[in-house]
Amino acid sequence: MDFLNAIVALANFVIVPGLAYGAQLAIGALGVTMIYGILRFSNFAHGDTMAFGTAITILFTTLLTGMGITFGPLPTALLALPIGIGATILLLLGTDWAVYKFYRQQKASPVILVIVSMGVMFVMNGIVRFIIGVRDIRFADGERFIVTARGFKEATGLNEGLAIKTTQAITLVVALVVMALLFWFLNKTRTGKSMRAFSDNEDLALLSGINPDWVVKVTWMIVAALATTAGVLYGLDKSFKAFTYFQLLLPIFAAAIVGGLGNPIGAIAGGFVIAFSEVTITYAWKKVLVYLMPESLEPDGLVQLLSTDYKFAVSFAILIIVLLFKPTGLFKGQSV
Amino acid sequence: MSTTVRDTALFGIVALLLIGTGIIQGWNSALLILNMGLISAIMALGVNLQWGFAGLFNIGVMGFVALGGLAAVLISMPPAPGAWAIGGGWRIILGLLFGAATVVVAVMAQKKLQGRTRVLATLAILIAGFFLYRAVFDGGVAFVEAIDPASAGNIGGLNFGGAENYRDWGWLTLVSWPVGGLLAAGAAWIIGKTALGLRSDYLAIATLGIAEIIIAILKNEDWLARGVKNTIGLPRPVPYEVDLQNDAGFVERAASLGLDPVTASTLYTKMAYAVLFTVVLLILLWLAQKALSSPWGRMMRAIRDNEVAAEAMGKDVKGRHLQIFILGSAICGIAGAMMTTLDGQLTPTSYQPLRFTFLVWVMVIVGGSGNNFGAVLGGMLIWWLWIQVEPLGLSLMNLLSSGLEDGSSLKERMIESAAHMRLLTMGLLMLLVLRFSPRGLIPER
Repeated sequence: MDFLNAIVALANFVIVPGLAYGAQLAIGALGVTMIYGILRFSNFAHGDTMAFGTAITILFTTLLTGMGITFGPLPTALLALPIGIGATILLLLGTDWAVYKFYRQQKASPVILVIVSMGVMFVMNGIVRFIIGVRDIRFADGERFIVTARGFKEATGLNEGLAIKTTQAITLVVALVVMALLFWFLNKTRTGKSMRAFSDNEDLALLSGINPDWVVKVTWMIVAALATTAGVLYGLDKSFKAFTYFQLLLPIFAAAIVGGLGNPIGAIAGGFVIAFSEVTITYAWKKVLVYLMPESLEPDGLVQLLSTDYKFAVSFAILIIVLLFKPTGLFKGQSV
Repeated sequence: MSTTVRDTALFGIVALLLIGTGIIQGWNSALLILNMGLISAIMALGVNLQWGFAGLFNIGVMGFVALGGLAAVLISMPPAPGAWAIGGGWRIILGLLFGAATVVVAVMAQKKLQGRTRVLATLAILIAGFFLYRAVFDGGVAFVEAIDPASAGNIGGLNFGGAENYRDWGWLTLVSWPVGGLLAAGAAWIIGKTALGLRSDYLAIATLGIAEIIIAILKNEDWLARGVKNTIGLPRPVPYEVDLQNDAGFVERAASLGLDPVTASTLYTKMAYAVLFTVVLLILLWLAQKALSSPWGRMMRAIRDNEVAAEAMGKDVKGRHLQIFILGSAICGIAGAMMTTLDGQLTPTSYQPLRFTFLVWVMVIVGGSGNNFGAVLGGMLIWWLWIQVEPLGLSLMNLLSSGLEDGSSLKERMIESAAHMRLLTMGLLMLLVLRFSPRGLIPER
């Protein structure tokens, strides 16, 4: 019984939140990795792209709920998500046309593009603040829980409860769908194949008649969809605040780099590695250990390795360790 | 037009902007902008050293600035009464020494041992060391943080004036500026040792992460500088306004200039700061210019332009990179200590990457990377804009929405959005400069 309690406590505080957070990071990291693979630079504006897509989605969610349209037990934001994605596609294609295209034609070095993306980051951050302000916004509606802690306790008779939020379940389902679609697209369709070819060897791809402009356009569209989805899922699970999204840049980049920049499978693996390390290292293990250890050995403290405020330190430490020992990431990424 | 004339004219424009601010908005605000502009110029000098000279992509400026601020607190505040008992401050230091020793031994084990024993030994050392460190360190922290948490709860600093008279030792804050540089340099050495071998965008992410970690430490380690409870009331290297107003001689001189004592005293202290900051800026600028035109500076630029060729010529690329990374970070640390001195307080929550890292980058890019005068110009100009964009945007919005009737939601919305003009303007400016004048206002020569 004690063992079961320990498992449930672990699932409730570590596994379920870690899975949801990991899925959000993975989708975000997929966007970063796609840009790196095709356009060959680290896009610092990615966090703010996510914030933009989420902001538009929130606006339409309020519009829909204002008109009395809801999505039953599911959050209305899922209905507004396609509109958010559409707006983000327009924004990114516009940015590419107005800003990045020039440097691509100049064949500017990647570091110049990174600095340019810093400028884009400022502008997008400003736009998001214009649109929606700097407040903390919660926009999840519908049912809050699939499994409540109390319901679980009553059903199983255990001391520990297991709560699964609707948003966590949705995150996992949506993440699976998005990843399946992406891999189907990259491996089975003509455009997807040409994108992979472009990423592997640009010159060879150009030689075999692949249209680079089309590849770049499709990349930005996919990135817009990924960024908006990641942003909306994160916002549903926690809350929306422009500044938090900017800060997500660090774990997202850590995930993409740990997995191997430019490698989609790596980005997904990296997302979960980063999420689970953050959650396990900042979790107070006392609750689980109490059930597993004999009474005499029970810990006095919280058995928390690091306070939750140091979660950045965790993503960072993993990043450094991976880079020092395996510079191309866990899965083979590109090295420019 | 010769380049010197052009550069002088650009600096003249900045001076005119400041004078205009003084005439329209009052000399107090003009001096405020000037003081922070001087500090920003120093930060820009530091980033220019790293990016402009050596091509190192450091976006962790915020962390070094914050470390400088920490140094200002640790030097100029008095030691907290009771904190330096055996079980308090000394125990914390012992714990930190254990932590450092653990890392050193682990690195040595990594170097000396081979194969599987290496992995196992390193892990064992790290785990054992971590628990030893926490056991010693946590007790000390609990002891210190329990002392009067509402007003102290930290170890305090090195000001030997004591809790009553520490304000009389205001010159200690001047000592804290170079110490801030040293602290930042130490951190830069550790970061550089681990991360400098990485590719440019990896280094960028690494430094971004380090800066966030430094801020997290400042926010959470209450024993150090009171964390989010903030340290306030730092002593000042310049006289206090109240003392000046009570000084009969000063009031008389103010009256002879036609100023009332309150205005005169605020202007006097700000001017004093401005003089101090200008002296520091000029010294650093002179040093940076000397470095740029020396063989060392030429070697740096050669390494930046072609690492492989420079290495083939026998230059120690990694060593030079580490050197300039430390120097640039130290300058940012000095600027950070100066800023905390000017504010008179350390508020860890006010450190935001957009303001303290990316804005400094805008300054360097707009001013002209690779040129020290460009960095200084960018620092002063961008800081002026950063402050003035909001009022300018507000009047613009007022003008645009003047046709709309009062109370309409669109009008309210437009006026409200003026507050967010800053970031947008900075981004647009940066993009425009990068596109049409990528070498900046005063390009590298």
